[in-house]
Amino acid sequence: MGLLFVVFSGFLLALVAPWLTPHTGRAAGWLYGLLPAAITGVLASFLGRIAAGGTMQQSYTWVPGLDVNLSFYLDGLSLLFALLISGIGTLIFVYAGAYLRGHHHLGRFFSYLSMFMAAMLGLVLADNLITFYIFFELTSFASFVLIGFNHDEAPSRRAAWQALLVTKAGGLALLVGFVLMQQATGTFQISALLESGDLLREHRFYLPIVLLLLAGAFTKSAQFPFYFWLPNAMEAPTPVSAYLHSATMVKAGIYVLARFHPVLAGTDLWMWTVGGIGAATMLLSAWLALQYTDMKAILAYTTIMALGLLTMLLGLGTEVAVEAAMVFVLVHAFYKAALFMAAGAIDHEVHVRDVTKLRGLWQRMPLTGAAAGLAAVSMAGLPPFFGFVGKELVYKAATAFAPAPAVVTGASVLANVALVAAAGLLLLRPFRGSVNEITEAAHRPAPGLWFGPVVLAVGSVGLGLAPWLLDHAVLGPSAGAVLGATVEPHLALWHGLTLELGLSALTVAGGVAAYLSWTALHTSAPFQQLERWLGTGLDHGYDHVVDGLLAMGRWQTRLLQNGVLRRYLSTVLVATIGLVAGAFYHYGFFGGPIAVGEVTAYEWILSLLAVGGAVGTLFFRERISLITSLGVSGFSIALLFLTFGAPDLAKTQFLIETLTVILVVLILTGVSQVEGSLTPTQKVANGAVAVGTGAVVSGLVLAVLKLPFENPMGEYYAQKTYVEGQGRNIVNTILVDFRALDTLGEITVLLAAGFGIYALLRLGTAPDPNAENDPAPEDASPQSEPIESSAPEQTPQQVS
Amino acid sequence: MRHSVILRTAARLLVPLMLLFSVFLLLRGHNETGGGFIGGLVAGISFALYAIAYGTAASRAALRTTPQQLMAVGLGIAVVSALLPLLGGGALLEGLWVQWQGIKLGSPVLFDVGVYLLVIGVTLVVIYELEEHNPRLFPDVSLG
Repeated sequence: MGLLFVVFSGFLLALVAPWLTPHTGRAAGWLYGLLPAAITGVLASFLGRIAAGGTMQQSYTWVPGLDVNLSFYLDGLSLLFALLISGIGTLIFVYAGAYLRGHHHLGRFFSYLSMFMAAMLGLVLADNLITFYIFFELTSFASFVLIGFNHDEAPSRRAAWQALLVTKAGGLALLVGFVLMQQATGTFQISALLESGDLLREHRFYLPIVLLLLAGAFTKSAQFPFYFWLPNAMEAPTPVSAYLHSATMVKAGIYVLARFHPVLAGTDLWMWTVGGIGAATMLLSAWLALQYTDMKAILAYTTIMALGLLTMLLGLGTEVAVEAAMVFVLVHAFYKAALFMAAGAIDHEVHVRDVTKLRGLWQRMPLTGAAAGLAAVSMAGLPPFFGFVGKELVYKAATAFAPAPAVVTGASVLANVALVAAAGLLLLRPFRGSVNEITEAAHRPAPGLWFGPVVLAVGSVGLGLAPWLLDHAVLGPSAGAVLGATVEPHLALWHGLTLELGLSALTVAGGVAAYLSWTALHTSAPFQQLERWLGTGLDHGYDHVVDGLLAMGRWQTRLLQNGVLRRYLSTVLVATIGLVAGAFYHYGFFGGPIAVGEVTAYEWILSLLAVGGAVGTLFFRERISLITSLGVSGFSIALLFLTFGAPDLAKTQFLIETLTVILVVLILTGVSQVEGSLTPTQKVANGAVAVGTGAVVSGLVLAVLKLPFENPMGEYYAQKTYVEGQGRNIVNTILVDFRALDTLGEITVLLAAGFGIYALLRLGTAPDPNAENDPAPEDASPQSEPIESSAPEQTPQQVS
Repeated sequence: MRHSVILRTAARLLVPLMLLFSVFLLLRGHNETGGGFIGGLVAGISFALYAIAYGTAASRAALRTTPQQLMAVGLGIAVVSALLPLLGGGALLEGLWVQWQGIKLGSPVLFDVGVYLLVIGVTLVVIYELEEHNPRLFPDVSLG
C-alpha cells in the first residue's frame, strides 16, 4: 500500500490541481507541498528496513501473458533517489507557489509538476522493464510540457521540442535494449534480472544491450554529444529547471546506469565507454560554463559537469567510486537546487540573470544571499561543507583507479577548478558590492522563495559536519545495490593530511586564479572557439539533423504520395507481381493443371460474362458503358460465389458492386476525359502490368489448389459456433464474437477513412499535389488532373 | 435521369422495403446469412437510391441525422458492447447473453448494431459528399 501511495498520489494531484488551484489563493505552494512531504515521510519510514538489508516488493498483474506487470521494488538505490525526488519536490512545490504566484495557468503548472514527480517516483521504484520504460517516457513528456510552459514564446517551444526529440530517441533505444535483455534472460522483472549478470555479460546480445541502454542514459542525462538540449531547457520557469533539469529528471539516466550496474558493468567496454564519455562531458562542460554570463546557463553547464562526473564514477565501477557517486548525487542535489532557486529569486525580483550586470544584492536579499553563499561554497568543495566530503571521495576514487589514475585524477581536478571559478561567478558577482540601477528595484523576496534554498543550504552544512549520519542509513544500502554486494562505508570530514587534501588545495588555488582571470579567459579566442564548436555548434548540428529528417520526409512523400491515382495503383500491382513472382522463383512453381469436376452450363455462362465484362472495358469509349461493363463482371463473380455455397460473400459482393457502380459514376463524372492522354509506351506498360497481375494471381490460385486441403479452423468454428457463439451463422459469429476485436479495429479504420474522405472533399480547393513538382510526362496533359483539383468550387451544402 | 417518374415511383416503394430488409438482415445475421455489415450496406444503398431519385438534400432530410453522427454513434455502441463484459469481470468483447421467453439477446447483437450504423454512415458520407461536390447528376429539386 505504501509504495502505491508513493507512486500514484502525485497523479491524483495532477488530476485535481487545475480545479483546486483557483480556490487555494496564495497558499497553493505550501498546500500542495504537503503531498511530497507526506511521500517523503512514508519513504523515510522504510529507511530502517532497507538499512537492515531488506527490500520491498509489490506487484499488480497488468498483462500477465507478456510478463508485463505493474510491479514496484524498493532497495537502497531506489530509496535514495525516491527520497531526493520527494524531498527536493517538497521544497520546489513551495517555491513554485511563490515564484508563479498569480500566474493564470498556475493550476496547470502544478498539475504538470505533480505528474512529473509521480512519473519520476514510478521510474525509480519500477520493478518491471516495461513499467520502467513507461515512467521513463512519462518523465520526458512532463519535461516537454514544463519546458514549453510559456508556449507563446518561440524559444520555449523549440527547447521543448528539442528536449523531447532527444530524450525520446534515447527512450526508444532504451526500449529496444530492454526487449533484448528480456530475450537474453527470459524475464522483464528487474529484481530477477539483477541476479543474471554473468549470463548477460556472456550473452551475444551484450554489446547491443549496453550500447542501447547507454544511448537512453546518455541522452536523458545530457552526456556528450547530446548535452545541447539541457542549456536550452533553461527556457522553462526556474522551479522546473531546479527540479527536473538539475536535481531529478536528468539523473534518470544516471539511475539507469546505476540500476543496471550489477548486471552490465565489469567489462572493458563498459568501463571505457561510460568512464570515457563521462570524463569528456565533465571536463568540457565545466569549462564551457565559464563562457556564459547568464546565471541559469552557468548552472546548466555545471549540471552537465556533475552528470558527467557521476557517469565517469559509475564507469570506473570500483567500490569507492560508486560510494563517491552516491554521495555526489546528494551533494549536487543539495547545492544545485539551492543555487537554482536563488538565481530564480533574483530573476523574479529584478528580471535580470546576467552576472556581469548584477551587484550588491546582498543588501536587498540577505537570506537568499546567505543560502546561495552556503550552497556555492559547497559547490566549490570547501570544508566543512558537504561538497568537500563529496570531492574528497571523488579524488580518492580517481587516484585509486588502477588502469589510468593520472588521467582520471587530472580530468577531475581540472573540471573542479572550473567549478570553483563558476561558484565564484554565481556568488561574488551578483551579491558583493553596492546596488546598481538594476538591483535597486529588488525587494525582499516572499518566504516561499527563500525557504527552499535555506533548508538545502543548512543541509549542506549539516551533512558536511556530520557525514557519518549517512553511512548506515543511505550510503551503504544504495552503494551496495549498485555494486551488488554489501559495503560498509565510513564518511568523514577530516581524513588527515592525504593526497586528496593536497589535490583539494590545488583545486581551490586553481579555481581562485581562474576566477580572477575570468574576464580575460572568457573573451580569449580559443575558449570562444570552443564554445562555438561545442556549445552553439552542437545545437546547430541538431538543427541540421532535424532539417535532414524533414527533407527526407518530403522526398519520400513526393516519391510515394505523388497524388496520381494511376501511379499508386501501378506501384501496388507491380509490387504484388514482384513479390509473388519472386516467391515462385524461390520455391519453384508447384501449381499445375487441376482436375475440374462437371462444369454446369450456368457456370460457363457466368464465367464468360465475368471475363467478357472485363475485356469490354478495353473497348468501350463511353463512360457509362465502361461502368456497366465493369458491373457485369462484378455481378457475375458475385453469382459465382453464390453457386459455390458462399451466400454471405455473395451478398456482400452484390452490395459492394452496387455501391461501386454508384461511386464510380459519381467520381468519373467529376473527372474530365482521359482518352488520348496516354502515349503508346504508357499503354504498353499499363497492359504489361495488367497481364502480369492476372498471370501471378492465376498462378497463385493454381498453386493454392495443389496444396493439401486441411481445415482445422473450419472444424473448430463449426463445432463452437453455436455452443460458444450462440449463433448458427459461422461467418457472423466469427465477425462479431470470435474475432470481434479484428472487426472493432476494422470499423475504427472505416470510421477514420470516412472522416478522411469527408475532410478531403470538404477542403475541396486543396492545392494540386503536382503543382510544385515537375509534372511527369503523362500528367502533362491538362485533362488528367487528380480528382480533387478538377472538381468545381466547394458547393454550399443544402441540408434542410 | 433527372425527374424520372418511373425511378421516383419505384424508389418510393422500394426504399421502405429495403430499410425493413436491412433490419431483417441485421437481426437474423447471427443464425442465417446477414449481419450488421450487409444490413448496413443495404440501408446505405436505400438512402443512395432515394438520393438518386429525389436529390441528396431530400435524402439527407429523410435520414434525419448526419452520416458523421451515425458513424460516431455506431463506433460508440460497438465500443460499449466491447467494454460491457469488463464490468462483470469478463474479458474484453466476451459475449454476454440473456434469454427471455425464447428470445436470446447478447452483447454481440449490440456490437452488430454498432457495425450496422457505422457502415450506413460511412457509405452515405462518401456518396453525399461526392454528389454535392459534383451536383450535376442527381436531381436538385426535392419533392417538397
